[in-house]
Amino acid sequence: MSTAEATAVPPAGRTGPGGQLARTPGAVPGWLRLLRSELRLVFRRLRNLALLALLAALPVLLGIALRLAAPRGGGGGDAGSSFISQLAGNGVFLAFIAITLMIALVLPLAVAVVSGDSVAGEAGLGTLRYLLTVPAGRARLLAAKYAAIVVFGLSACCVVVAASLATGAVLFPIGPVTLLSGNTVPLGQGLLRVLFVTLYVAAAMAALGAIGLAISTFTEHPIGAIATVLVLAVVSEIADNIPQFAVVHPYLPSHWWLFFDSLLRTPIATSDLLHGLLSFGIYVAIFCSIAWARFTSTDVTA
Amino acid sequence: MSTAGTGTDAGAGADAGASGAGAGADAGASEAGAGPETGTGAPGAGPSGPPGPAGPAIITSGLTKRFRGGQLAVDDLGLAVPHGAIYGFLGPNGSGKTTTIRMLLGLIYPTRGSVSLLGEPVPGAAARVLPRVGSLVEGPAFYPFLSGRANLARMDAADRTADPRTAAARIDAALDRVGLLSAAKKRYRAYSLGMKQRLAIATGLLRPRELIILDEPTNGLDPQGTREVRGLIREIATDGVTVLVSSHLLAEVEQICTHVGVMRTGRLVFQGTLDELRSRGSRRVVIRTAQPGEATATLTALGLADIRSADGEVSAQLADQSPERICRELVLAGVGVAGLDTPRPNLEDLFVGLTGEGFDVDG
Repeated sequence: MSTAEATAVPPAGRTGPGGQLARTPGAVPGWLRLLRSELRLVFRRLRNLALLALLAALPVLLGIALRLAAPRGGGGGDAGSSFISQLAGNGVFLAFIAITLMIALVLPLAVAVVSGDSVAGEAGLGTLRYLLTVPAGRARLLAAKYAAIVVFGLSACCVVVAASLATGAVLFPIGPVTLLSGNTVPLGQGLLRVLFVTLYVAAAMAALGAIGLAISTFTEHPIGAIATVLVLAVVSEIADNIPQFAVVHPYLPSHWWLFFDSLLRTPIATSDLLHGLLSFGIYVAIFCSIAWARFTSTDVTA
Repeated sequence: MSTAGTGTDAGAGADAGASGAGAGADAGASEAGAGPETGTGAPGAGPSGPPGPAGPAIITSGLTKRFRGGQLAVDDLGLAVPHGAIYGFLGPNGSGKTTTIRMLLGLIYPTRGSVSLLGEPVPGAAARVLPRVGSLVEGPAFYPFLSGRANLARMDAADRTADPRTAAARIDAALDRVGLLSAAKKRYRAYSLGMKQRLAIATGLLRPRELIILDEPTNGLDPQGTREVRGLIREIATDGVTVLVSSHLLAEVEQICTHVGVMRTGRLVFQGTLDELRSRGSRRVVIRTAQPGEATATLTALGLADIRSADGEVSAQLADQSPERICRELVLAGVGVAGLDTPRPNLEDLFVGLTGEGFDVDG
């Protein structure tokens, strides 16, 4: 102990609550440890793994179905702007098709499960009171929970894209990518755009995750929180398709989800993308604030 | 009810013998000597003692919790738990014990009043003081899909002041201490209730603590499990750790406690040492005799109150009379005294007297 402390002269920054416990340079910082524990909890949960497996399986099924349905060969991309007609010429497009289909329900479902369960699940099990008396710190625990939700959302998007690309490569030709705007870019650039699409959709899911986190702090029944998040997402998508609600469309959480197709045009419609990212950012800010305000002020009686 | 109480009493004496209750039972003389010193000293030491090892471990003043429905769960509570004490926090179910404990640990915010743990205000300084406090709140609660060891690792990971490099060793030591090391890899789901309860206690032992708060640690356990938990608490307290243990059964904790606080419908109706609780009960004299009529007459002549006669036994409140004098008077009056006893007041009866009996207490 004393020798360890002798080598640990610098860490004056970490004098906070555990002042009596000197921290040596090699030690894992506390917040990273909590985040790691949180991620372990999310990614070792059988239910969450089953969701990820579903997310991986759907693009494979989709690819097989489209392969069976599509006419063989198929030339360039002049057939129009639909993804599906492009697919015949390039397997990369399976990723865009899969994302487009799955962002409607399956991806939000995955994020709703993990985010709705985040706080409500701990409250339901009763582990919340033990974590708080450790003490994990309410704001700190919430931050770790949200970080884990964001990581899970990103993982979900990556799983979909990876499974799509793999399936696409096996079942369809792979080569230079013809964009929706008609021009063709090399495969490398096409894949880079796939990466950007993945990140954009992950940002959209992070916004939904913030909503889920906030809802999760209001109940100790995880199923209720999960259902509420999912219902909100679906209602938002339906409202987004009713022309009479056009005034509120830009403010709906799901409105900007599909604008990732801007990344598949040249030049890229950055204004739409930025609008989308701004919308996600505002949702994150508002709902994380609600979650924080609720969680740090409420009595934990569960 | 009272027979059950005396039954456990006797069993406890045989089982523990040398421990707290035995020492407290000594005699009236030591009771009188200890009374002013420890008893009245406990609340008095609060303001005067410095917030060091000598100061009280827990102080609450005017602590009140009114839930949103308007229900007054805790009303103007003034706990004073001396450092190093094993404090039995007693009261029937629904009397506000758990709500109080949740306020002590910063889980629930008080409507009014203040809490001080180890000299630090809660919830204000909760992040600073709670690492020094181990707790079990309202039964065990863990992740059913994780093993016992993984559950403890999860709790330890949440503690920003815990050293991750010693985590594995500390977790195994805590499991060992509660006797769960051999079941460390088993999923929590497969644990018996006793094992779950012990795992919860193990979370409190993940690092050295100055104060351990256990809410109903023996709830739902069989007598064997109860005895194990009691032994564990006694062992924890030998290191000078202050222990607050709540229970709705006095018999479960009276053998290990040095102090008790008794709650009834949100209020503290008694607080002090066990001896002080005992001295509240009026001692009785019990005479076994074949002539209850004459004995009753003699006792009446001596001015004793509350004389009862049944089954060849005559009893009365002893008050300030000496048993020797009563015996002499009886013999002089020609009453054959087959036996004379001044039994210690039954703590269970005193406890029931404080908390009320039956359903009238659940407010």
